[in-house]
Amino acid sequence: MIPRIFLLLMLLLGCAAQAAPNPVLVRQLAVEESDDKIAAIRKIALTAEPEALALLQQLADGSLKDDKGEEITLNNRVRRELEGALAVLKLIDPDVNVRYKAVKEVATNVDAAMAPMLAKARDRESDPKIRALLVEIHALATLKDEDPKIRLAAAKGLASSADPNTKAVLKAQSEPANETEVEVRRAAFQSYLAVKDRLTLAENIGRVFSGLSLGSILLLAALGLAITYGVMGVINMAHGELLMIGAYATYAMQGLFRSYFPNQVDWYLLAAVPVAFFAAAAVGVLLERTVIRWLYGRALETLLATWGLSLMLIQAARVIFGAQNVEVANPVWMSGGIEILPSIVLPLNRIVIVGFALFVLMLVWVLMNKTRLGMFVRAVTQNRAMAGCVGVPTGRIDTVAFALGAGIAGLGGVALSQIANVGPDMGQGYIVDSFMVVVLGGVGQLAGAVWAALGLGIVTKFIESWAGAVIAKIVVLVFIIMFIQKRPQGLFALKGRFVES
Amino acid sequence: MKRTPFIVRFFGATPKQGWIAIAIAAAITMILLPALHLLVPAGSPFHVSAYVITLIGKIMCYAIVAVAMDLIWGYTGILSLGHGLFFALGGYAFGMYLMRQIGRDGSYQSDLPDFMVFLDWKVLPWYWTGSDSIVWAIVLVLVVPALVALVFGFFAFRSRIKGVYFSIITQAMVFAAMLFFFRNETGFGGNNGFTDFKRILGYSITAPEMRVSLFALTAATLLATLVLGRYLVTSKLGRVLAAIRDAESRVMFIGYNPLYYKLFIWTLSALLCGIAGALYVPQVGIINPGEMSPANSIEIAIWVAVGGRATLIGPVLGAFIVNLAKSIFTVAFPEYWLFFLGALFVGVTLWLPDGVVGLWRKLREKRAAGVAK
Repeated sequence: MIPRIFLLLMLLLGCAAQAAPNPVLVRQLAVEESDDKIAAIRKIALTAEPEALALLQQLADGSLKDDKGEEITLNNRVRRELEGALAVLKLIDPDVNVRYKAVKEVATNVDAAMAPMLAKARDRESDPKIRALLVEIHALATLKDEDPKIRLAAAKGLASSADPNTKAVLKAQSEPANETEVEVRRAAFQSYLAVKDRLTLAENIGRVFSGLSLGSILLLAALGLAITYGVMGVINMAHGELLMIGAYATYAMQGLFRSYFPNQVDWYLLAAVPVAFFAAAAVGVLLERTVIRWLYGRALETLLATWGLSLMLIQAARVIFGAQNVEVANPVWMSGGIEILPSIVLPLNRIVIVGFALFVLMLVWVLMNKTRLGMFVRAVTQNRAMAGCVGVPTGRIDTVAFALGAGIAGLGGVALSQIANVGPDMGQGYIVDSFMVVVLGGVGQLAGAVWAALGLGIVTKFIESWAGAVIAKIVVLVFIIMFIQKRPQGLFALKGRFVES
Repeated sequence: MKRTPFIVRFFGATPKQGWIAIAIAAAITMILLPALHLLVPAGSPFHVSAYVITLIGKIMCYAIVAVAMDLIWGYTGILSLGHGLFFALGGYAFGMYLMRQIGRDGSYQSDLPDFMVFLDWKVLPWYWTGSDSIVWAIVLVLVVPALVALVFGFFAFRSRIKGVYFSIITQAMVFAAMLFFFRNETGFGGNNGFTDFKRILGYSITAPEMRVSLFALTAATLLATLVLGRYLVTSKLGRVLAAIRDAESRVMFIGYNPLYYKLFIWTLSALLCGIAGALYVPQVGIINPGEMSPANSIEIAIWVAVGGRATLIGPVLGAFIVNLAKSIFTVAFPEYWLFFLGALFVGVTLWLPDGVVGLWRKLREKRAAGVAK
């Protein structure tokens, strides 16, 4: 009953007391005993009025004076209580963002005592998102109420939750040890099932998304390999090191921007894209002109020679940049994430990477299908001798294709630098994975590489969530070995006649 | 025509000079070096230190692997980038026996190997059954790598995976196995692997006598491998293998099924690697999943390439050249070892396709041509 009286009082006094604190309330706070102070704070907080917030804020600041103009002192115990009350009172802050943060905070520590206060905040809330959350928190707070009817309503109301914590609470409530009423138990169990389904769905969405982002990285790594393997029939074991070069180019651009354009640091990543492409492409041309060209027709030897090149590149990176991983920071516009459900946050940097992979894919597609160069590359991929006969300069196409493949690997390095460690060994693990994508997708097919990369990414993430990362890797490798049994030419084979050498 | 008995064919395959070379090698490795190690006092300039014995013993194990690799790559044209797996499997199979021989002398004074106590396991996993018997250990060394190779090879060769495809798939295989052995739950000591061995058959593993016995055993195995290799490559089977390497389609058209030939030599090669691994572990005193890293497996190929493919002595020379260089380089200029190794990969493939043996042959031919003039 007492809070109502205060409410009335405040309604009467409210308008006048905007600036100066309400003396009635101040007098309550200006008591000697800590216990009385705490009781007063609680009482004031429960009113859930803007005025109460202002008052308690003043109390916390130490700017609140009593009748005699003396400061009201607080000891630690009272201060703690005050902080809790303030957190709850933030629920009625005029700023939406403050309210949202407050809801999140309160949700982590729901107390039955807060129920009336939460109900009030809920009723005055205008933002639908915060309101929904408040409904949920209120239901959580009333789940232990003495009245079975309120408990029942709470259990039913929680069915729309998407919080793992709520799931556990509902599970507990549906057990006879914690709940006497059969009705409530049944409702709690129903709600538990609903929440569980929603959470499972959310988890699966999260998995598909992380699979997509892994697939994008695989795609960026494999696109270049697919082009060089398609055109020249050789596997470039230094392909992973071209990724590394792209990542280190990003690191170098970051350093450059930090020292020369400190105001535009956030845009270093955009500048890194062309730099990484051309740095990796230049190294690619160098490798092709000095080594790979001379091993034409000796695929296995090329494998060994490019492995040697990769060792040298790794050691060169160690000598130039040091053996330790270097730090590449996400730009501000790429940090943070989009929350689709309380338990699922999609990181912005991964979303950007998926978009970037799409962009690169489009670029490669246009290049391969709409330009003369692309036509030549496809011609050499399909039949080198015939292409040569009709006037395609196959030697030059080899170099250009290799540069292109290397450049795309460099772009992959830019993407990788944003989510993985940048170090000399970072490229080593990618050669097998990218080759698996090429094998699975079929040689010389963009569509194949896309499906294979995304499929592998998503399947890997799903198996990982059941069996762990190592088992996932092994299962995927075994699967690919089995797959080659059935379709050695990959998912999407080029149609046409080939002479087997 | 009367068929020559197998024994005659087997030993006759190695020519007279070959037998002389083998006799000399056997005398050095089984009598001279052990004697210099055991009988000559440590201060004498003729004393061979334990370090040298262990180093040469280790490299001889590598040489066996190199010869095995040569059989499959040099003679059959199949480049495996996963031979480290068979080597490590052999090593692990024998390592299990060595772990059991520690008995209660481990840090936890338990019947179980230390790492199992550490994981709070109460009983041995089923696949450790019988690991305290050396006979069973030898059976495992011979069977496990060969069986793995047989199964993998059957599926790979049946669907006619070859060339670069096969190489990368074998690399994927060894990579997956490495990840598998890195797990503690796999029951092979996780990333620490097996180490701290104490005894074989009750005799101390660090005793000089044990060291030279293992050394001589390794040398004998290497020489036997060479004799076996020589017999294989000069036999009819060897010629079919070379034909598969040079023109597989034609071999099929003539009516041979390459599957069984490839499978045989692949499995044999894995078996030899397993034996080499089992000899390697007691000499080096440790086996861990690092042996299965793809980089280690691909290094085997460079030993063969440096020495000369499709020759039998070449891989042995290559294993010695590369590993001695590694021992020197990693101590003297550790930063430059990878540059050197990388340059070796590139240089040998570009300029020395037949390795040092090919180079020597070429020089001899040149001299012979000069003399004839």
